[in-house]
Amino acid sequence: MILQRFLARLFTMLVTLFGVAVVVFVVIRIAPGDPIAMMLPPGASQADIDRLRALYGLDKSLIEQFFIWLSGVLHGDFGTSISLRQNVLGLVMSRLPATLELSILALIIALAVGLPLAVIGTRERGTAVEAGIDVANGAALSIPDFLWGLVLILLFGVLWPVFEISGRVSPRLELPFVTQFYLFESIVRLRFDLTRDLIGHMFMPALALALPLAAIISQLLKQSLKELMGLDYVVLARVKGFSETQVILREALKNAALPTLTLVGVQFTFLIGGTVIVERLFSYEGLGNMAIDAVVNRDLPLIQGIVLVFALIFVLINLVVDMMYALLNPRLRHG
Amino acid sequence: MAEARFVARKANARIWLAGGWLLLALLAAIFAPLVAPQDPLAQDLMLERLPPFWLQGAEPGYWLGTDSLGRDLLSRLVYGGRIAFIVAFAAATAACLVGSVLGLIAGYFGGWADRIVSRIVDIWMAFPPVLFAILLVAVLGTGLGSVIVAIAVIDWTRFCRVVRAEAMSQSRMDYVENARIAGFGRLDIMLREVLPNVLPSIIALLSLEMGIAVIVEAILSFVNLSISTDDPTWGGIIAEGRLSIHQAWWVLVFPLITLFLTVLSFSQFGEGLKARFDPVLR
Repeated sequence: MILQRFLARLFTMLVTLFGVAVVVFVVIRIAPGDPIAMMLPPGASQADIDRLRALYGLDKSLIEQFFIWLSGVLHGDFGTSISLRQNVLGLVMSRLPATLELSILALIIALAVGLPLAVIGTRERGTAVEAGIDVANGAALSIPDFLWGLVLILLFGVLWPVFEISGRVSPRLELPFVTQFYLFESIVRLRFDLTRDLIGHMFMPALALALPLAAIISQLLKQSLKELMGLDYVVLARVKGFSETQVILREALKNAALPTLTLVGVQFTFLIGGTVIVERLFSYEGLGNMAIDAVVNRDLPLIQGIVLVFALIFVLINLVVDMMYALLNPRLRHG
Repeated sequence: MAEARFVARKANARIWLAGGWLLLALLAAIFAPLVAPQDPLAQDLMLERLPPFWLQGAEPGYWLGTDSLGRDLLSRLVYGGRIAFIVAFAAATAACLVGSVLGLIAGYFGGWADRIVSRIVDIWMAFPPVLFAILLVAVLGTGLGSVIVAIAVIDWTRFCRVVRAEAMSQSRMDYVENARIAGFGRLDIMLREVLPNVLPSIIALLSLEMGIAVIVEAILSFVNLSISTDDPTWGGIIAEGRLSIHQAWWVLVFPLITLFLTVLSFSQFGEGLKARFDPVLR
């Protein structure tokens, strides 16, 4: 049952990724302006232009070009960046860890803020506390991460400068890292001075990304918790003498978490999509920042690579969430 | 009953407050040459980084101060509103039309039509939206038209998903069956029976989408990929403000407040209208 569902999902995932590849390819090929002309100095001979076109496969038909490009992608060959003259996959892999660390830190912050608020809101339901949480949720939801980022820059970068507002790590520091997962590696190597510096840089962009998600988690979880609070088994636990907080944490939370989980998965992909502009805002050297540079420089192979990697991450997260839902949901597990 | 009246009053307050700000900003944008105290493009290095009116060193006539080139901030915000509102109305309407039509077709007919539309929506959802927007504008070339097209191309799925789900549940209801028995054609039923019932959701989404379009335009002009002329845009002003944040905080604060109020108003206006016209809540 579960395996069947997994295979079906895997198939739709591949179809979606193929669709993404087609869309990216088509969008980029309709771009006016010749990328080859931009790579060569003015006055290059026609022979030079033709040679370079052939090198990049641009002299073949569109369908041929697509399948040559696709088979390259499937073999891990994403081509060569035009502006940086380096292997696209290598460039993407050098920046991806920074973006992943930022996204995961944001997810942790969102959970750390959203979960307690949902529990407090449920315990204090019908009071001014709950109303206050609702207002805060509404505000956090209607302001996009881009604006949150700017507000945070003003508050904690300028007015009360406790956090760094640009970069990933202070440039004066010597970095002993062998991977690009700086934050993770600094913790593993017990170099907490570096951890503190990294968090000091990452905290504000991560918070900007986390706030809308925290609001969604708190709102949704509170709603499903409140629905459960009147059910017999919860009332029974209360009669047994558990405090309201214990009832929520021990009895209700487990069952309320499932519907929230699905939505958090979808929202997490939105959060990762948000890194593109938030990284730019905080000059954080991740994939999103590189993507904007690639677009500004009309570096088509690099853009293609980055968009595909983002799409792959999105689709994978959806697959994982779907499988977790199937595994955790008793109705599907025994169905 | 009392609760229903409370909901209605709350919806009314939302509509008036949000609508009031939007109307004010829209009128200021339309009549920008009359409203703006200065020429938004006029540079004067003698007047660079003037603070807003309540601070020492302010100049009369430059109410919100000036940027690092001595341009009047209030005038730039008023003129920037023109681009913001044009993009909001045009892009949201276009996204709404495309998404609603596809959503109605998928939801009402089901079967193959639904499968194809849903698959396309899935593919679209796998793109990071901001990156997709930046990519499209880079491909289409900067300019007002490209920005509008890019937003519509990306955000039609928002309408499509909601309208599809609603059309699907409406098409199973008795009144649709009755209309079918009465001999109405499919297109007739879709336009005369299903569409009016889906309309409150579409209107709320349309207002929300206008706010989103304003933000996306601001993001695009922030990374210098929106309109290519010298005309001021809210995102462009924010980009200048981000650079001179330690010297002139007001260049970032005022466009931020403007953008914030506008986006919040669009979403609250839509929510208010929906609460007011939703037959279930009413």
